[in-house]
Amino acid sequence: MKYLSILTIAPLVGALVVAVMPRSKPTLAKQVALLWSLGVLGVAIASWFAFNAGDGGLQLRESYTWIPAWDAKFTFAADGIALVMLGLIALLVPIVILASWHDAEGSRRSVPAYFALLLALEGTMIGVFAAADILLFYLFFEVMLVPMYFLIGSFGKDVLPKQRQYAAVKFFLYSLVGGLFMLAAVVGLWVVGGKTFDWEMLVNADMSTGAERWLFLGFFVAFAIKAPFFPFHTWLPDAGGAAPAGVAALLVGVMDKVGTFGILRYCLPLFPEASRYFAPLAIALSLVGIIYAALLAVGQNDLKRLVSYTSIAHFGFIGIGIFVFTLQAGSGAVFYMLNHGLATGLLFLVVGMFVYRRGSTLVTDFGGAGKLVPVLAGVFFFAGLASLALPGLAPFVSEFLVLIGVFKVNVTVAVIATVGIILAACYVLWMIQRTTQGTLNPVLSTVDGMRRDITGREVLVVAPLIALLLGLGFYPKPVLDVINPAVEKTLTHVNVVEAGK
Amino acid sequence: MLTSLWLLIAIPFVSGGLLLLLGRRADRWGHWLGVLAPAVSFVLGLIAFVQLGGRSDKAVEQNLWSFIAVGDLKIDFGLLFDPLSGVFVLLITGVGSLIHLYAVGYMAHDERRRTFFGYFNIFVAAMLLLVLGNNYVMLYLGWEGVGLASYLLISFWFNRPSAATAGKKAFIMNRVGDAGFALAIFLLFKELGTVKYTGDGGVFESVGQLSQGTVLMVGILLLLGACGKSGQFPLQAWLPDAMEGPTPVSALIHAATMVTAGVYLIARSNPIFSANPTLQVIVVSVGAITLLIGCIIGAAKDDIKRVLAWSTVSQIGYMFLGVGLGGGAYALAIIHLLAHGFFKANMFLGAGSVMHGMQDQVDIRRFGGLSKHMKITWLTFMMGWLAIIGIPPLSGYFTKEPIIAAAFERGDWTSWLFGGAALLGAGLTAFYMTRLFVLTFHGPKRWTEGQHPHESPAIMWIPLVLLAIGSVVAGFLMKTSVVTWLNPVFEGVETAHHESVIPHSLINILGIAFTVIGAGLAWMLFQRGTALMPEPAGPVVTAARNNLYTDAFNEVVFEKPGRWLTRALVYVDNKGVDGLVNGLAALVGGGSGRLRRLQTGFVRSYALSMLAGGVLVLGALLAVRLG
Repeated sequence: MKYLSILTIAPLVGALVVAVMPRSKPTLAKQVALLWSLGVLGVAIASWFAFNAGDGGLQLRESYTWIPAWDAKFTFAADGIALVMLGLIALLVPIVILASWHDAEGSRRSVPAYFALLLALEGTMIGVFAAADILLFYLFFEVMLVPMYFLIGSFGKDVLPKQRQYAAVKFFLYSLVGGLFMLAAVVGLWVVGGKTFDWEMLVNADMSTGAERWLFLGFFVAFAIKAPFFPFHTWLPDAGGAAPAGVAALLVGVMDKVGTFGILRYCLPLFPEASRYFAPLAIALSLVGIIYAALLAVGQNDLKRLVSYTSIAHFGFIGIGIFVFTLQAGSGAVFYMLNHGLATGLLFLVVGMFVYRRGSTLVTDFGGAGKLVPVLAGVFFFAGLASLALPGLAPFVSEFLVLIGVFKVNVTVAVIATVGIILAACYVLWMIQRTTQGTLNPVLSTVDGMRRDITGREVLVVAPLIALLLGLGFYPKPVLDVINPAVEKTLTHVNVVEAGK
Repeated sequence: MLTSLWLLIAIPFVSGGLLLLLGRRADRWGHWLGVLAPAVSFVLGLIAFVQLGGRSDKAVEQNLWSFIAVGDLKIDFGLLFDPLSGVFVLLITGVGSLIHLYAVGYMAHDERRRTFFGYFNIFVAAMLLLVLGNNYVMLYLGWEGVGLASYLLISFWFNRPSAATAGKKAFIMNRVGDAGFALAIFLLFKELGTVKYTGDGGVFESVGQLSQGTVLMVGILLLLGACGKSGQFPLQAWLPDAMEGPTPVSALIHAATMVTAGVYLIARSNPIFSANPTLQVIVVSVGAITLLIGCIIGAAKDDIKRVLAWSTVSQIGYMFLGVGLGGGAYALAIIHLLAHGFFKANMFLGAGSVMHGMQDQVDIRRFGGLSKHMKITWLTFMMGWLAIIGIPPLSGYFTKEPIIAAAFERGDWTSWLFGGAALLGAGLTAFYMTRLFVLTFHGPKRWTEGQHPHESPAIMWIPLVLLAIGSVVAGFLMKTSVVTWLNPVFEGVETAHHESVIPHSLINILGIAFTVIGAGLAWMLFQRGTALMPEPAGPVVTAARNNLYTDAFNEVVFEKPGRWLTRALVYVDNKGVDGLVNGLAALVGGGSGRLRRLQTGFVRSYALSMLAGGVLVLGALLAVRLG
């Protein structure tokens, strides 16, 4: 089976199908989009079984002619890291479609367009993770911005159109600038790497230290903006605040992982010497991000911006996990990428449910909501616990692995990062307290939407995420078994052989 | 039973999960399921306990599944049942079941009673995981689990702002301790490559390989965790605020079980703590300071639950003193912990019974003369009172007196210091507990209007009676084989015996004398009641009323600067970092509007934030270089 090309192309075809549906039949468009994404999820599950977990290299490889003159091919392949991310996308998209059921209504744009864009986003994001040809990767990396740009700029209802446009343009420009750096590096790599775009060949290319460092920086800047690391983060709270909640879940939960995934797939194996050289800087930026973004999250009054800032702090953990080059921290970082997608995805979606009911994203417009919508408040609290990495939930395992792996080689960094887990408790619990606990906000009880607790559709949205967060929290082995060999292989590229293994 | 230990944890966990999932559908029978779960676990625990007694190795381990395995890090989801965990299982499920039963009556009028029992069951499951784990990560899972349950139960009446705040405070202060505990785990893995207690080169077998500095560091970090969970100095401030929860919560979590987790942690880690004398002095000091702080503040409070809460802080201080002394005192501390579980649960539930009959009044200045109106509560509370102040032959006498005696056996001048503190504490305990008892049950009535005190229903007083019996007889544990029963756990402990600086018999007499003086003084002062409003007082009493200014300290040193910092950062991030990047873009792109603004003074703020950002990154780089 050609799993990876099917996974990439099927959602794009689905997007076309949904896009041509008449505006007058929005429900049909939604149903088709949902079924289509569920079909994609089915293929993703099948590819999980076809994958050999014990092998850390690229598998499920397919290659087709593209531009022979440049030695660029449509090459798809996945290692354990990519496979986990593919699974996350395929899982989140149907959930987001279901969660966004009413989000496109009442906007000037057509409802089918919204769901077509979601499927297009899925296809391009899968392409990014499945590509094993660097030009192809770059292509998807840039194309993926287009559906996201329209989703943020045209469909958000939570902020004024002017702010929405500003956020979309800012998102686009930041990514584009990063992309240009990367384009330069891709071309440079092609020149020094033996005139090929094939990842497997480039890994073995010889290059001078100077060239390696410059090329590393080109890729790293693009990925650091995407991830985002401090100080390239300011686009994220705007974009996360303006986008519809479901889109924000995909933006922060999946698309941003392209940054950390890119570092693991491209920076480390292709430029091992430069990776070691720049590691302290990358760790320092991540460390600042953990503390700085957590403090900012405490001070936010807008729920979606708050969740965006928590994500920047979480990306800091992923960053230090990647750059200390230990097995535990590396596997922890990759597992963190998955868990953050589940946990923050859930958090954004639940925030979206609250915002939909209340018609406001401001923390101060809530207060005591647990009295009105107890079950929804409970789910919100659960998502918060996942975000603060409570033991028993999957994010704990990844955070624990990152910290224990960092501590092995750098005690100071681990100690500072551990302060981050206290701050996480502060921002989550304070958010919960100000929205769902305390005296009931008198205005809140007059809002019609707040009279309705969680609906059946919303239960379907949150249940799979809750089940996975709990299940992987107690039994993470199936995923760790897939991740570990790939991380080990990635780290051997950096030539860090771990003692005591 | 020893082959299916997981049932002990799974039963309350599943029951709790069901109660939370089913919601209103479980309204009619949910509380009975909630009571049944810990009761079944108690019976199973008892069977396992008896079976363990018949074995020669006195420890059963089970690895259920591989939890985390990455590289050389291998952590199993594993359980260990040995004398120490066995004793705790019986305390948690035994006293726990009685408190569950009581809560059926106490929470009868609460529309979210099933949710309450769901949280209660989750708590029991987490606490059992905490004591049954066979490695530090399992302990940590249970550790944060009980923290969560405690948060949920403290802020159970979440629409009360004070309850919501108290829950959050408890969770965050616990997390500070948890962070220390986590770092201890990381350090153990770094140095020893394992987090397992024993077997296959476990932590306790390899402590000898560690340098003294490392042992000290591990110990201090573990102690930080223990202080957070057990409300010990300097992390004690959350425990009295936890009284915002329903009273059965105070009895189960904040008196009998969860707060003793810190004592468990230190007792379980006895090979680490015994390996470094400095470490032991630190633990003993924390215990001695906390036991005095608790007594002093407890004597100045007028809220019946808060007096009991500070008394818990103080009594756990005694236990820390015991585990810190090491040697034979480990077992003494555990036995005091058991006895305390009985008499403190008894008194908390008694306080709940008083509140039940007095329309939720908690101010002891507004009680008085209740002995005639609630005889069972009065008598059972009296047993708890006599037990805690250490009147023979009740339990507190047999369990506290040996700890005081052990404190006098350190062999140097510190014997006087710690022994003296423990002795003084005994007198102060007698004073504040007698004050509480007299003001509540004796003397003239000082009720508010419309009060009709009455005895609580049978479902509430039956647990009281059983716990009162426990308070009376728990002291005889000292005369049984329980002391030797714990020996396998503490057998590696060095028992360098020093002579006591004063003879045992004299300590015994002094202990009783301090108690009688303290109690007599309080009885004389308060038998005719007390003023209804706070009276002007000297600096000591004023400080005690204000929790010795520890809350004020936290607010001034952590909360306020924290709030300013976050506000400043939000400003900087919106105006500075963002503006800087936008400004640069405008500069590069030549955007005229932005450029003009740039020239009119914004440059300075961008430059400043650039500088600040640079300093931050440089600082972080330095930290990274430190290694």
